[in-house]
Amino acid sequence: MYERKSFPHYIFVFLAPAVIIYTIFMVYPLLNSLRMSFYTVTATNQEVFAGLDNYVKLFTNSNFAPRFFGALKNNFIFFAIHMVVQNSIALMLAALISNEKRRGANFYRTVYFMPTVLSVVIIGFIWNLILNPLWGVSKSILEVANLGFLFKPWLGLPTTALPTVALISVWQFIGIPMILFYAALIAIPEELMEAATVDGATAWGVFWQIKFPLIMPTVGIVSILTFVGNFNAFDLIYTMKGANAGPDFATDIMGTFFYRTFFGQQLQLGDVSMGSTVAAMMFLIILTGVLLYTFVWQRNVQNIEM
Amino acid sequence: MMKTTPNPSHTESIGYRIRRFLEAAIPQLILMVYTVIALFPIFMIVMNSFKAKKYIFGSPFSLPTPTTFDLIGYKTVIERSNFGTYFTNSLIVTLTSLVLTLLIGAMAAFALSEYKFKTNTFLALYLSIGIMIPIRLGTVGILKLMVGFNLVNTLLGLILVYIAQSLPMTIFILSSFMRQVPKELKDAARIDGASEYRIFGLVIPLVRPAIGAIGIFTMIPIWNDLWFPLILAPSQKTATVTLGVQQFLGQFVSDWNAVLASLTLAMIPILIIYLIFSKQMIRSITAGALK
Repeated sequence: MYERKSFPHYIFVFLAPAVIIYTIFMVYPLLNSLRMSFYTVTATNQEVFAGLDNYVKLFTNSNFAPRFFGALKNNFIFFAIHMVVQNSIALMLAALISNEKRRGANFYRTVYFMPTVLSVVIIGFIWNLILNPLWGVSKSILEVANLGFLFKPWLGLPTTALPTVALISVWQFIGIPMILFYAALIAIPEELMEAATVDGATAWGVFWQIKFPLIMPTVGIVSILTFVGNFNAFDLIYTMKGANAGPDFATDIMGTFFYRTFFGQQLQLGDVSMGSTVAAMMFLIILTGVLLYTFVWQRNVQNIEM
Repeated sequence: MMKTTPNPSHTESIGYRIRRFLEAAIPQLILMVYTVIALFPIFMIVMNSFKAKKYIFGSPFSLPTPTTFDLIGYKTVIERSNFGTYFTNSLIVTLTSLVLTLLIGAMAAFALSEYKFKTNTFLALYLSIGIMIPIRLGTVGILKLMVGFNLVNTLLGLILVYIAQSLPMTIFILSSFMRQVPKELKDAARIDGASEYRIFGLVIPLVRPAIGAIGIFTMIPIWNDLWFPLILAPSQKTATVTLGVQQFLGQFVSDWNAVLASLTLAMIPILIIYLIFSKQMIRSITAGALK
């Protein structure tokens, strides 16, 4: 009865506000930003079509290329640290909590998610203080374990700043993969594990041979969420290291590079076209990840399930 | 103490019992260690915010006592910052965006899940692009748009961007929940002559658990966002808590009492909301996976 030929007015009323706001404030600006990456702006504020000039400039100009490739490389390191450290610890914690005999599971679940709900700005400052040699909290803790000699101003050294910032981000966001793995693990039917346990499999064996293959779809979701989140990250590094992502651009990632290019820094003026070009590159990178996930990963994982 | 029933069978040997004990104790130990890792930094900040400066540095690991207790940090924050303004701004932006996202999102989700029309699949796909593509990538365009609309340094500008940002996920989740609402119920109402708007009103209470969870997931990123307040509304009058705290901390970086107090003040509201809703939030994620 609700399949009509003419478009009923109520469907229009239901959909219009969402479609209008979403189009005006999300899709249109995004497309406009992409378009701007093919234009330059003259001194008199006129837009002139420039073809791929901005991209060539980004890849070859000595003001942009080193910063772009540096940020890109740092962003991949940032992502790799999240994939390895965050997602494997999250998987371990979820596996431990999801055991139906585990006491205090609700408590752990709630606590592990707690840093995730806090603002990145707060997290950044908290860790700035904890790692601050002036306060000496982290040094005292290491000294308790007789490891005081390990203490360094990690955030200030070019070699350790990026891993340190990445680990702080891991500490904050571990709640998300943890809860997604947890949800997938408790959804596995009990009978599957019982059969295996009767066969004499150890908990370790049951996990890797039965549970892990079953949560492969979640592994994919977690990976793509991590990828998108990391290549869109900005707040933590801006808060802890400023827009210049010091020391010596050691913590510079695509988000901070985009911000600097668009808004300028110290002596350099902001550049709308180059900012758009950097955003367009971020868009391309994220889109590539999403497409790989949708068409390669999802298809193959579904094949295994069949 | 619990009495163990004597069990003569060989499997209950001491070795077996030790193994069973370790199988429960080692995971507990790991979970507790991570609990300390997760809570320790937060705890250090809150605890030290109530101490005099001398003791923040002298004895950072001890709880405040009557001799070390001091509220000077809170006094500085309240006197020297516009915390009240920031807080009101955050509240207005977050709540307005939340209510409008839920209303507009529910309407769209209802249309997509309820009616068959030509452009349904296309619109559903179109609206879900925003789930994976972050709205930040359109910042250049958004700023241009806001300059054009004269919405720079207004809360309305922020609200509109946050609604656009939150709609895709809201519509995606709500329409999957709405598809599960039994058809008979809606058809019975239709036979009674209810309008389609009335039926929308009937469906909403049935998806309330989903609305609650989406509400929290929408609210937290908006409350915590630094990017858009920094770019679209950086003035003192329109600064949100996140931006205000960021700027305040930048200015007062050497005043440890004020820094610790402002961090604590910024954390408390969101932690309280989280602790109230955490059960519902986590249950909704796990229920989503079960369906």
